[in-house]
Amino acid sequence: MGKLFAVILVIIAIASAIPIIQHTWKMPEDISTHGHLIDEQIADTMAEAGLAFLAAQFVLAFFVFRYADRKDPGKIKSFPGGAKVMVAAAVILVGTEVLALGIMGSRAWAGQYFTPPAADALTIQSQAGQFAFYFRYPGPDGKLGPQHPDKIDEGAQNFFGLDPQNDVESRDDIVTAELGIPVNKEIRLLMHSKDVGHSFYVRELRVQQDYLPGLDLMVHFTATKPGRYEIVCTQLCGLGHYNMKAYLNVMSQADFDAWLKEKASQQ
Amino acid sequence: MKMNHKYLAGLAVLAATAMTSSFAMAGTISGKVTVDGPTPKQKVIDMSKEPACAKDYPASAPPTTETAVTGPGNALADVVVYISAGTTDDATVPSQAVTLEQKGCKYIKHITALHVNQDMQIKNDDPTSHNIHPLAKVNREWNKSQPPGTAPLDAKFDQPEFIPVKCNIHPWMHGYIVVLKTSHSSVSDANGGFTLPNLAPGKYTVTAWQETFGTQQQEVTIGAAGETKTVNFSFKGKAY
Repeated sequence: MGKLFAVILVIIAIASAIPIIQHTWKMPEDISTHGHLIDEQIADTMAEAGLAFLAAQFVLAFFVFRYADRKDPGKIKSFPGGAKVMVAAAVILVGTEVLALGIMGSRAWAGQYFTPPAADALTIQSQAGQFAFYFRYPGPDGKLGPQHPDKIDEGAQNFFGLDPQNDVESRDDIVTAELGIPVNKEIRLLMHSKDVGHSFYVRELRVQQDYLPGLDLMVHFTATKPGRYEIVCTQLCGLGHYNMKAYLNVMSQADFDAWLKEKASQQ
Repeated sequence: MKMNHKYLAGLAVLAATAMTSSFAMAGTISGKVTVDGPTPKQKVIDMSKEPACAKDYPASAPPTTETAVTGPGNALADVVVYISAGTTDDATVPSQAVTLEQKGCKYIKHITALHVNQDMQIKNDDPTSHNIHPLAKVNREWNKSQPPGTAPLDAKFDQPEFIPVKCNIHPWMHGYIVVLKTSHSSVSDANGGFTLPNLAPGKYTVTAWQETFGTQQQEVTIGAAGETKTVNFSFKGKAY
């Protein structure tokens, strides 16, 4: 019985590794300049975790196979050196693994969080609120007007709490429900939460960043392929979380200019 | 008992019909609401996050905000005109329910006026869920989810109040539920027109309320039975 269990264990371990090795469930095509680093990191993590998983299952199966059906169990041997050595060995083994992943991923991380965007990056503000995303472009003056939470009036499409009557900088701001961006142009996306925690996630863009209420963050990225991609909220934010989404529209520079002009006329 | 109630209700309908016909000679206040000056630009609503609703609108006629809807000749629509003093129908709650529809991710009508304690039926005609949230301050505040295809929700408000209403799922959805102590109310149409019929002779205060431009009042006296008085309101416009 024990031997059969060991064999089943090995079969399950191998069967579950096959779709991973064969890339049965592919990630959507990467459309960003930094995405390959993320993909490599995911592949490295998958390989490392996969090897550790298989090794653990095989060792387990070996011991089950070797010792399961013994008539006389005898004395159970202890780990060489005792419990302290076992804990130390486990910490070193797991620690090395985590550290190695961290070092291998440092380029992807540093490229996003320790490297500022280029000086000519296009600044766009995104605001997450229950349960929609809205985006704001600075307009010809290049400046985003100040936000006044008391001026927020969703019935009048004033999602950002702008006061164009008193703030000159707000008058040419362009507010949209869709994130339109030019292709092959670096975007500096400011992230503001109106209420609770949300997250900005575009699979194809390999960008996933939380919105934190009270702390405005920034991500930067460059999209390389025109198209329409879904932006979803990946931080449970309330009853309408399932419905919280918007679209990323990557366009040629000419199309983007025309799009922004049209949106400006609707303000 | 149930039969008796039905019988009584039938009698009440008969009596009401009789009363309406005897009120045929009652006075009427009617007129037009206009706005003088600039009005806030009505903005296009982008519903792309809700394809079920976005498909209801052709690209040539996108949905827009409704904070100041104007018509020909500076006409101002969606103004609630009502008798704020002079009537004695505070306690007479109309038995007819008013309906508030959620259609194309909009509130139809944008402004719904009803009597204190009058029944309101809230319907969801969209193939998506809504969460209706009247932002009441005097009445009890609540919000209720309404999945597609479910029965209408019943609501009542026991205090007079101008209640902004929003949908917690679709932030652009916006309207007002106007709870009044009278059923003598009218919401101005696309031409700014309103009519307040069935008024007995007497002195009345007529109030006009618009969500962006505020409130105006006029005193009107209906002298003889059957008299029709014309009252026009003109709001001062503002760009923001």
